[in-house]
Amino acid sequence: MIETEARPQFALSTYDSNSGMGCYTATRYKTEFGKWLVGMNYYVKRFGQAALTLFAVITITFVLYRMMPGNPIQQMQAQLMSGGNLGFGGSERSPEQVDRLVRIYTGIEPNQPIHIAYFEYLRDIILYQDFGESIWHDQPVFYLLFRAMPWSVFVSVYGLITGISMTIIFGSLMAYYEGSRFDKVMTGIIIVIQSVPYYVGAILMLSFLAFQFGWFPTGGHYDSSLTPGLNIPFMTSVAHHATLPILTGFILGFGGSALGLRGNAIRIIGEDFVRVARLRGISSNRIATYYVGRNAILPLYTGIMMSIASLFGSSIIMETIFTYPGVGWYTYDALMNRDYPLLMGAFIFFTVITVIGILLADLTYGLVDPRASEKGKESY
Amino acid sequence: MSEFNSEENRPAEASVFERVSEAHSEPLSRQERLERWYYDTVVVTAKIIWEDIRARIGISILLFIILMGVVGPFIVERPQIGDYPKFIGPFQSTKFILGTDGLGMPIGAQIVHATPAMLKMAFAGAVVAMSIGIVIGTTAGYKGGRVDDVLMTLTDIVLTMPGLPLIVVLAAIYQPENPYVVGFILAIDNWPGLARRLRSQVLTIREESYVEASRAMGFGSPEILRRDIIPQLMPYITINSAGAARSIIYESVGLYFLGILPFTTLNWGVMMNMAYSNGAVSNPMLSGHWLWFPMLVLLLLSLGLILFSQGMDRIFNPRLRARHQRSGDDGDSTNPAVVE
Repeated sequence: MIETEARPQFALSTYDSNSGMGCYTATRYKTEFGKWLVGMNYYVKRFGQAALTLFAVITITFVLYRMMPGNPIQQMQAQLMSGGNLGFGGSERSPEQVDRLVRIYTGIEPNQPIHIAYFEYLRDIILYQDFGESIWHDQPVFYLLFRAMPWSVFVSVYGLITGISMTIIFGSLMAYYEGSRFDKVMTGIIIVIQSVPYYVGAILMLSFLAFQFGWFPTGGHYDSSLTPGLNIPFMTSVAHHATLPILTGFILGFGGSALGLRGNAIRIIGEDFVRVARLRGISSNRIATYYVGRNAILPLYTGIMMSIASLFGSSIIMETIFTYPGVGWYTYDALMNRDYPLLMGAFIFFTVITVIGILLADLTYGLVDPRASEKGKESY
Repeated sequence: MSEFNSEENRPAEASVFERVSEAHSEPLSRQERLERWYYDTVVVTAKIIWEDIRARIGISILLFIILMGVVGPFIVERPQIGDYPKFIGPFQSTKFILGTDGLGMPIGAQIVHATPAMLKMAFAGAVVAMSIGIVIGTTAGYKGGRVDDVLMTLTDIVLTMPGLPLIVVLAAIYQPENPYVVGFILAIDNWPGLARRLRSQVLTIREESYVEASRAMGFGSPEILRRDIIPQLMPYITINSAGAARSIIYESVGLYFLGILPFTTLNWGVMMNMAYSNGAVSNPMLSGHWLWFPMLVLLLLSLGLILFSQGMDRIFNPRLRARHQRSGDDGDSTNPAVVE
C-alpha cells in the first residue's frame, strides 16, 4: 500500500496557491497498479492536449483563409483574376486557372464545399506535410521553414536555458542573503532589467556591440566564406553570430521570475518542515536542494511554460532585428510581401515548436512533482 | 506612539470593554458609515501604497504619463512635417527640446501626441484580457469538476498557442487602425495566464466558511462569484491588469516598430521604426535621438507599471492593513507605520 503522506518534503500550501496546476488532497491508492494507471492518465492527457492545440491552430488558419470576410483566398483570387502578379508574369486567366493556382499555393480548393475543403486541408498538412507553396520564394512552404527551424530553435533554447539557470541561481542567492545589501542591489537591478522590453535590449546591443564597437556581426547565421560542417572556424562563426540573439532570449527569460523564486524560497525556508529537517540533522546542502529549491521552483513551472510560448513567438521581432533567418524572419518576410501561404505555414510551425517544447516541460514536471499525476478535487 | 499613549489621552474611558460597548450602543448615522467606509477602503489603501517607495515612484511615473496623454495634446502643438530644420540634436532649442526628426517634426511633441493612442490601447487590452481572465478563471476554480476541466483545457490551448504569431497573422489580414481594436487583438494571448492564476487563488478561497455559508443559503454560483469571491481577488486583479497593460504596450510598440501594424497614428513604435530605417542604429550621431527618446518613454512607462504592481502587492498584507485600521480608530492617523 502506497501512502502519499510518505512524501512530506513538499510544501503543500505554497504549491496550491501559486502553481495553478492543480489541487492536492491526500489520496491513497489501493495498488501500485492503480497509481501507475493514474500516472499514465496524466501523460495521455498531456499528449491529447498537445494534439488538440495543433488541431485548433490548423483549424484557425483554415477559418482565416476561407471563412472570414476579406480572407486571403478572396484577395488572391481577385489579384490573379485581374492578371495580377503572384510570382508569374501577369496575363488574363480563366476562373479554372485561378482556382488551380489558388489550390497550388494554399492547399485549399476555393470551390469545394467548406467541410470537404477543410478535411482535405487537414489531411494534406498532417499526412503529406503540404503547407502550400510560397508565393514570393516559389518554393514549398514546408521546405523553406523546415530548413529555417533549427536556427530558431538553437537560438531560443540557449536563450531560455541561460535565462532560467540565471533566474534560479540569483533567486536562490537572494533568498539566502535576504535583506542584505546584495539582495537589495540585485532586486533593483532585476526590476530595471525586467522593464526593458527584449527588443529594446536587442536594438541597444545591435547599435553598440555590433555597429559601434564591431564586436559582433550585424546579421546572418555564419560567415558565408566558410564551409559549413564540423570544423572549428565554422562553429565559432555560428556561435559568434548567435551571441546577440541568445542574449536577447536571456533578457526575455530572466526578468521577473527571479523575484518570484526569491519570494517562494524565503517563504519555504520559514516552513515547519524545513525546521524539522534541520532538527533531524539533515545536511544543509540537501535541505537547500531537495527541500527548499525543489519547492521554490515548482510554482515557476507554469511561468516557464508560458515563457516557452512567448519565446518562440517573440523570435519574429528578434530575428528581424538581427537579420537572423529563422522561422521568425521568414514570418516577417512573408508579412511584408503579403505571402499568405508562408505566413500561415509559419504560424503552424511556431505552434508545433511550442507544443513540443511545452510537452517536454510537462513531462519533466511529472518527474519533478509526483503530485502532478494525482487528482482529487470535489466539484460543486 | 503606542496604544498605551492614546489610552491616556482619553481619561473618560476607564476600560477597554466599556469603550467597545459604548461605541456600539447607538447605530451609526449614514454619513458616519460612509466616512468609515471611505477611511477603511480608500484612505488606508492609499496610505499603505504610499508607504512603499516602489509604489510611490511607480504611481508618480504613471500619473505623469497619463497626464501627458490627457492634457499634453492640448498644450503641445500637433507636430507638422517641415515645422523645423531636419535632424537637429536634442537640447539645442527651447522650441524643440528633444530635437527634430528626418521630416523636421519635433520629437518631444510627437511623443506627447502618441501617448493618448498608447493609453487607449493599453486600457482596451487590459480590460478585455481581465474580463475574459476573470470570467474563465473564477468560474473554473469555483465550479471545479467537468467545468474546470473544459475551461482549463481551453485556457491551456490558448496558452500554448504562440500568441505573437497569431496576432501577426490577424494584423496582416485585418490591418487594424483604431487603437481600441489593436488593444483588443493584442489581448488575445494575455488572458490565459491570468485565468490560471485566478483559478488557483479561487481554489483556496472557495473552501472558506463564508463561501460555504452562501452556498448553504442557496445563492447561485454567479451570485457567489460576484459577491463573495471576486471582491477578495480585487487587489490581485489590479496588480495583474498592470501586468497585462505592460505586455500589451510592449507588443504594440514592438509590432509598430517592425511595421506590422499599419502606420495610421503617431506611435512610439512608429517613431522608432522611422528612426531605425533612417540609420539611427548605424549612424547614431545624426538620428540617434529620434530612436532613443521614444524608447526611453517606453522604458519609463514599463518601469512605472512594474513598480506600481510590486508596490500594490502590499495590499495583500493583512497585518499592515490591520495596523492602519487600528490607528484610524483612535482618530490618530499620523502614526507612521514602520515599513519592514
